[in-house]
Amino acid sequence: MASLYERLGGEAAVDAAVDIFYRKVLSDDRVNGFFDDVDMEAQAAKQKGFLTMVFGGPNNYTGKDMRDGHKHLVERGLNDSHVDAIVELLGATLKELGVADADIQEVADLANSVRDDVLNR
Amino acid sequence: MAQLKYKDSIYPVTTGSSVLETLLEHGQAIPNNCRAGACHSCLMQATSGNVPDAAQKGLKDSHKARDFFLACVCKPEEDMEVCLPDIEQLKFPAKVSQITKLSNDVVELKIKTQQPVDYFAGQFVTLWRDDELGRNYSLASLPGVDDELIFHIRLIPNGQFTSWVANELKVGDEIFVQEPVGDCFYTQGNPEQNLLLIGTGTGLAPLFGIFRDAIQSGHSGEIHLFHGGLNPSGLYLHDMLSAFAEQHSNFYYHPCVLKAEEGMAKNIVEGDLSKIVSQLIDKPAGWKSYLCGDPEIVKKLRKQIFMAGSNMNDIYSDPFVYT
Ligand SMILES: Cc1cc2nc3c(=O)[nH]c(=O)nc-3n(C[C@H](O)[C@H](O)[C@H](O)COP(=O)(O)OP(=O)(O)OC[C@H]3O[C@@H](n4cnc5c(N)ncnc54)[C@H](O)[C@@H]3O)c2cc1C
Repeated sequence: MASLYERLGGEAAVDAAVDIFYRKVLSDDRVNGFFDDVDMEAQAAKQKGFLTMVFGGPNNYTGKDMRDGHKHLVERGLNDSHVDAIVELLGATLKELGVADADIQEVADLANSVRDDVLNR
Repeated sequence: MAQLKYKDSIYPVTTGSSVLETLLEHGQAIPNNCRAGACHSCLMQATSGNVPDAAQKGLKDSHKARDFFLACVCKPEEDMEVCLPDIEQLKFPAKVSQITKLSNDVVELKIKTQQPVDYFAGQFVTLWRDDELGRNYSLASLPGVDDELIFHIRLIPNGQFTSWVANELKVGDEIFVQEPVGDCFYTQGNPEQNLLLIGTGTGLAPLFGIFRDAIQSGHSGEIHLFHGGLNPSGLYLHDMLSAFAEQHSNFYYHPCVLKAEEGMAKNIVEGDLSKIVSQLIDKPAGWKSYLCGDPEIVKKLRKQIFMAGSNMNDIYSDPFVYT
């Protein structure tokens, strides 16, 4: 059976999802405060890395990267409720792209698997 | 901690610091200006060690291949040895052929190089007064049509470079040009796509080349040019662009000012530029956008256009970053 990443459509699917996902993140008042001051292009590149990972694609993120990358945000109050919101927006993005519910769940599981690293605990 | 070797000395790079910061901290003189990866003043070359991708964004392939990088956005992950490239190799002389006042504070500078220069309309160069003082200026000229390189330069009170242009530079003088760079230019292959061009002040310069390039290439989609000025006199090509719009059915010129004046031309709209844009172009999905000029306005418009549905990859920008 094809892997999750192949079923979703690989890099092309990531490219299709990244703008929709990032737009949702920036419009959502629960989380957009964390993205206010960042360079949009650099941020979009990071979102692409994140989506590739949760789509089950090739990536070399380590738990340490996740911790270091979010430490400053945790200091600014990043907590479970924000991770929940991101997982929800991720699901809404995939739904918009016509992805099956079972695959969406698998993506959510992958996102949740890095939750403790992201929240530095 | 990564180590940085430069001119026979070795410096430790604190995590998160750039090559530029590290060298400046240790008293090394490295040319620099915007410190944001935009102006290319701090171009350096790695003689050993890996260059992080982020430090080569926007560089030409031929430069990437020679391990050139921008020191201000290069945060070494491993040991590197670096040097200043022989910048003289990248510069060529030109002669001033014309200086014309376009408004109270904008001059048009035309310069002629001995050999033809390879560039895309909308790219920018560094103009050098001498070995020490160089600044970025966007090309307003169109290769193949304009014989000269043309710039629109806004005079900044007490500005080092622009005061020299205003007070000392004369026709016939020599000036040095460092090769054109940047990715804000027209690309062929999608003639039906609508184009949104927005510039504040002399941010009009690159757009002036870009839309002429599009029209010359037979672009059939709509081309909307918004030019924002503080007041009507800031719309320094108003009459020419209004006439151009009359002659080209797919070209629309939208002059905008923050402060209206009595008796100003009827086609000028008063108000906040980003609001005027969002009212007229409310669905930029599928459009290609070019945003040039004031960095804050460019940033705001970029977000606005993205949020209104445009792909990130379809938004090009040239913020005129200054320090
Ligand atoms: C990619 C790029 C393209 C550019 N293209 C153009 C162009 O086509 N036409 C053009 O006119 N300029 C352009 N610029 C800006 C230009 O490079 C210089 O920054 C500008 O001309 C000022 O140079 P100066 O030496 O006269 O002023 P400086 O001596 O560098 O500055 C003097 C003082 O004025 C302030 N200052 C500088 N610029 C501005 C500004 N725009 N608004 C308010 N205060 C300012 C500085 O903070 C400083 O305090 C571009 C910049 C970039 C990065």
